[in-house]
Order: sequence, then structure tokens, then C-alpha cells
Amino acid sequence: MRLSYLLIIIPFISFGQEQDWGEVHADFNLNAQTYTEDPSINAAKVDEFFLMNSYSNIRFTKGYFTAGIRYESYLNALQDFDSRHNGNGIPFRFAQYTIDGLDVTVGNFYEQFGNGLIFRSYEEKDLGIDNSMDGVRLKYRPIQGLALKGFVAKQRLFFEYGPGIIRGIDLELNMNDLLFKNWNTSIIHGFSFASRFQEDLNPVYNLPENVGAFSFRTTINKGKFSFNSEVAHKINDPKGGISYNNYASGSASMMNLTYSERGLGIIIEAHRVDNFDFRSDRSANGKELTLSFIPTITKQHAYTLSAFYPFATQPMGEFGVQGEVNYTFKKKSTIGGKYGTQISLNYSRVNALNGGHSVLTTEPSQTHTPMLISFIGEELYFRDFNFGFKKKINRKFKILWNYVDLIYNKDVIQGKNYGKNIHARIAVLDINYKIKPKHTLRTEIQYLSTDKSDEYDVDQGDWAMAMLEYTVSPHWFLAIADQYNFGYTDHEGIQHEPLHYFNINCGYTKAANRFAIGYGKKREGVFCVGGICKNVPSSNGFTLSITSSF
Amino acid sequence: MKRILILILIFVTAQISFAQRSLPKIDLKTMDNTTTSTATFNNDGNPIVISFWATWCKPCVKELNTIAEEYEDWVDETGVKIIAISIDDTRNMSKVKPKVNAEMWEYEIYCDPNRDFARAMGVSSVPHTFLLNANKEIVWQHKGYVDGDEIELYEKIEELAHQNIYEQY
Repeated sequence: MRLSYLLIIIPFISFGQEQDWGEVHADFNLNAQTYTEDPSINAAKVDEFFLMNSYSNIRFTKGYFTAGIRYESYLNALQDFDSRHNGNGIPFRFAQYTIDGLDVTVGNFYEQFGNGLIFRSYEEKDLGIDNSMDGVRLKYRPIQGLALKGFVAKQRLFFEYGPGIIRGIDLELNMNDLLFKNWNTSIIHGFSFASRFQEDLNPVYNLPENVGAFSFRTTINKGKFSFNSEVAHKINDPKGGISYNNYASGSASMMNLTYSERGLGIIIEAHRVDNFDFRSDRSANGKELTLSFIPTITKQHAYTLSAFYPFATQPMGEFGVQGEVNYTFKKKSTIGGKYGTQISLNYSRVNALNGGHSVLTTEPSQTHTPMLISFIGEELYFRDFNFGFKKKINRKFKILWNYVDLIYNKDVIQGKNYGKNIHARIAVLDINYKIKPKHTLRTEIQYLSTDKSDEYDVDQGDWAMAMLEYTVSPHWFLAIADQYNFGYTDHEGIQHEPLHYFNINCGYTKAANRFAIGYGKKREGVFCVGGICKNVPSSNGFTLSITSSF
Repeated sequence: MKRILILILIFVTAQISFAQRSLPKIDLKTMDNTTTSTATFNNDGNPIVISFWATWCKPCVKELNTIAEEYEDWVDETGVKIIAISIDDTRNMSKVKPKVNAEMWEYEIYCDPNRDFARAMGVSSVPHTFLLNANKEIVWQHKGYVDGDEIELYEKIEELAHQNIYEQY
């Protein structure tokens, strides 16, 4: 018996000293919250007392080989997450190797073709989005400048799969590597195709079982200019409901042009979307099983009140434009002062397509194809003009000022029935004061005011917010914030009293470990990351958040 | 039999290196939308800082701006190179180049629009900063940014730069 121990262990010892045994790394994330009843903000308590979301990625690498899993635990899922995030599981596991330009993945993966118009599989954990694929993926780069990708997979839906089988292929050509080696203009072309197979179980309509979408993209860079565009087309993809029967095809296109040099950056862009909601399941909606990702064409605001009315792309149909200028006045100039001054200007506008999105049915009177470009007289979805100013006054003081003027179509964006848009103006002042090299006091003062004229809906009236944050580098932070609603009469004539939403948060960070606890009221609202939004219910309680990695 | 298995397991686990972490090889996009790989990261044996950021992330921009003010001195004294990885998705990816130019940053910039590199590095939120030694192994990392964090980062870079000098002699 003793001998057999040795026999087994010896080979490990003998090459164990010299062999590379690979590496294991992990990261961990936990969010928990208690829920107390609070009638003043309509916050409900939960039976479990506290709820928790947690996950951990574990990754093993050795040479050309990588494998990994993610364990996810929802006991039970936080209130702002879909309750189908339920229990524990390993919804993500993969093995992958890469050698001589070939990359083979089996199991789960995330992937994006071009700008994502026809296919993007991604995760946005804070929003409860994870539409990872499970199947087989190959990537191959036979020569410099030519890249091929292809996959066949099913898409994740919570702890299960969507019904469709998705096939995709993408080809990218770097023309300079392949043909024009000495050009000072760089050109990249890309072509993608993605298709879904889903059985037709509809007893009434004859639905296409294979639905394909394709796109073509180009990037051109010359000197200080860059141009980037993509156009996509999707064949007919009826939604599958008995009452709704649209056999029209869909399209999406986007383009942007940028100019930039030291101290100056300019971007202008436009996009058009028509009947382009491509998913793994023809009857899915909400955030589930999305294949197409149409980037939102508005500025992503970073302050609480300027992000109060966020826009998200309307995949069924919209036309949008955006322009932005960032400029830095040089140091020691009149406006620049000692440290330089920075300004930014942004405008975006999104409206409905002329007469709505494309419709094709057996009823000729219902058939419709919108005009290619139309802005004037169309229903406005969103309009945002904003201006920012950033300046370092001296070694201790930095200030930042932002002003936003926006119009928000709540009926379209949130599916309400107000009949009027909301017009809001938001001002933000952010002051940074360095007490000592590692001690900093920062304050944010924000104000949001909605237009009270008859033309607009007052929504929730006016808001003010003040935040005071004290940080001690590299470990500690403490923040106290209060959001105050001045009270309002809603569109049904119901009077709402003024309300405080008080919050306190503190945290400790050491290297790659971060702990934070908080207490207070959270207001009901729309919370967005990267243009995708979720509704967060109001709540009152303690929060705990832990992130760690090694 | 069970004990044998446990012994083997302990032994194998002990061999797997937990401390140093080498840089995963992942494809990235340049600001001109060409494809490159993390395998091309190079600073001739000097320290490399990899900083994950996004155009919409206030502390990220603050961190990169603060370091920008001292970056010339950092490079002169330690030979460090900062590589800033934008995790902006395609909503904001085209804004990265104008933003970097307007801010006048001198860093090497790449885009990771579907977060493949961020995922491989265990980055769940931005900013997240890594320090790499001469062998491109991750020797230190820090989540988040508050004013003054650049002081600790610079101390770590200096330590590494001094180690390099000792090793050369």
C-alpha cells in the first residue's frame, strides 16, 4: 500500500519541479440588500428579509489552453432582477485553445460581429443581462489581414436556453494588410451573416423557420479623420403572435465621422432603424434573448439627475442624429488659465420613422414602407442638448459644471400613456477639494426641473440632490447623499408630498478587494448602463457589496 | 484510495502558480478599428500599467487625467508605459479617439468593446488598474480610483523599476 502511494506520487514530483502547471484565477462578486417596508415611498418588504445575487468566475490557463466556469447564485434574486434568476447553477463553462491563428471554443462564449447590429452576445451584470451563447465557435486568421469567425449555438435564457439555434459567420478584411500596404489611408471591410432556426408551431400563420440577417461594414481612416459605417438587413421575421402578423423585412444602418487633433475632438453620427428586433425566439421581448444590438445614439450621462431620463434605442423604428465637440483651451491662454480648461458640447435627436416602421401583411391597406430620411414633423422620441465645463483652479480645487436640456417621450420610451412629452433642464456642479495629498472632499450639487407649461407633462416635478464624499487614498470612502423631490401633482391629479431619499455609503478597498455597505432609500426609476435600461423599484434598507479577484 | 487522491490533488494544486499571473492573450481593437493582440504589449522590460476605463466613467477619466499631469516625469524616472483599455461598447467606441485627443493623453489606447480582455483579467467594474513587471506578469492591481491613488501606484512602479536595475547588475 505504501509503495503504491509512492509510485503514484513520484512521477508528479519528478516533473513537478520543472513543468509549468498552468495558472488558476478567480473573481468574486456579491450584492445583498435588506428590504424594509416604507409606505412613504411605496417600498415593500420581502419575506426573505434579505436578498442576494452572487457569482464567481474561475479560469484555468496553461499554454494555448484555457477553461473556465462561472457559478451563479440567486438566493433569492434582488428585487430589481427578474425572478427567473432563481437558485444556483453553473450557466457558463467553456474550454478553448488557440494555436497558429486558429481559436476553438466549445461551451459558452460571448461574441460580437462588427458594431453588433445583427449579432452581439454580451453580459451586463448590473442590469441582469447575460445572453451568452452555448455551442461551438471557431476563429481563424490564415494570413495577416484576414479574419474569419463562425459559430453554431443556442442562447442562454436565465438557467435555460432560448428555443432558436443560431448560426453566424463573420469575415473581416484589412485592405492595407492584404493589398495596399503603403497607403496612408487605412480601409477595413467586414461582412457578417447570422441566422436563426426556430420551429413553426403557429396553427394559423405560416412562419419562416430560418430567419437570416446580414450586414456590411467599412472603416476608413485618413489623417485626422475616421469614418465608420455599417448597414444591415433582416428578412421577414413575424413576431409569431396570433393577432400580429407582419411579414416585412427589417433594416438598420449607422455611420459616424470623427475629426480629432491634440486638444480637439469632433464626432457627428446618424442612424436609422426599421423593424430590426432580432432575437433567439421570435416571441421574446424585454431584455431577453437579443441577438441584434443597436447602439443608442445619445450621450451617456454620468450624474444621477442628468441620467434621470435616459433614452434607449427603439429597435422597431427610429431615426437619430448626434454631434459632439470636446475642446481643451491650452494652458496659460486667457480662457485656459494655469492648468487649461475643457469644454464639451453635445446634441442628439431621435424621432419616429415616417408613418412608423415597415409593415407587410395580406391586407394591402395595412402595408407600409417608411421614407428613408425624415425628421421634420415626425413624432419626437428624445432630444438632448448639453454643455459641460471642466477646470482645475489650483492644486487643491477642481470644478466641473454640466447643463442638460432634454425632451423625453415617456409614452414611447417607457410605454406610458401621458399624451405629452417631458421637458427637463438639469444643472450639475461638482467640486473637488484636496485637503491633503491623500485626503479629498468632493461635493455634487444637482438640480432637475421639469417644464410646467401646458405643452409638457410635469412628470415627478422638480428634484434636487446634494452629495458629500470624503475619500482617503488608497483604502477608504464615505459618501452621504440626499435626493429631494419637491412634491408634484401627477397627470391623474393626485397630489404627492415632498420626499427625501437619504443615503449613506462607505467602503474599503485593498488592492483587488472591495467592500462597501450602504443604508438608505432608493428611488424608483430607470437605471441604465450602455443604453440598456431596467426599472428599479423603490426600496429602503441596507446594502452590502463585495468584489474580489486574484 | 481516497487518501491517495487527496494527496495527488494537494500536490497538483500546489504546483499551479497562484501568485504571479501572466497576461492573457486576447484580441483587441485599436482606435482605428484594426485588430491587434495583448501579445504585442511591450515596454522593453520596463514596467507596464494597464488601466481599464470608459468614456462615461467619471473616476476613470479623473484617474487618467491626474496621471497625465505627471506622466512625463513617471516615464523619465521609471520607464513605465501606460496602456489604457477602453471597455466602451459600440455606442461610445467611436468617441474614444476624439476623447483621447481632446484630453491630450499620451497613453497607448486600445478598445475592448465586448469586454473579452476585461473578462479574462477578472475586471467587473471600471476603473481597474494592473501593474506588470518585466516578464509581463501581473504583480499588483487595484479596483476603483479615489484622489491620491496615483501615489500608491507610483510607489509600486518605482519599486519595480528599482528591482529591474538591481537585476541588471
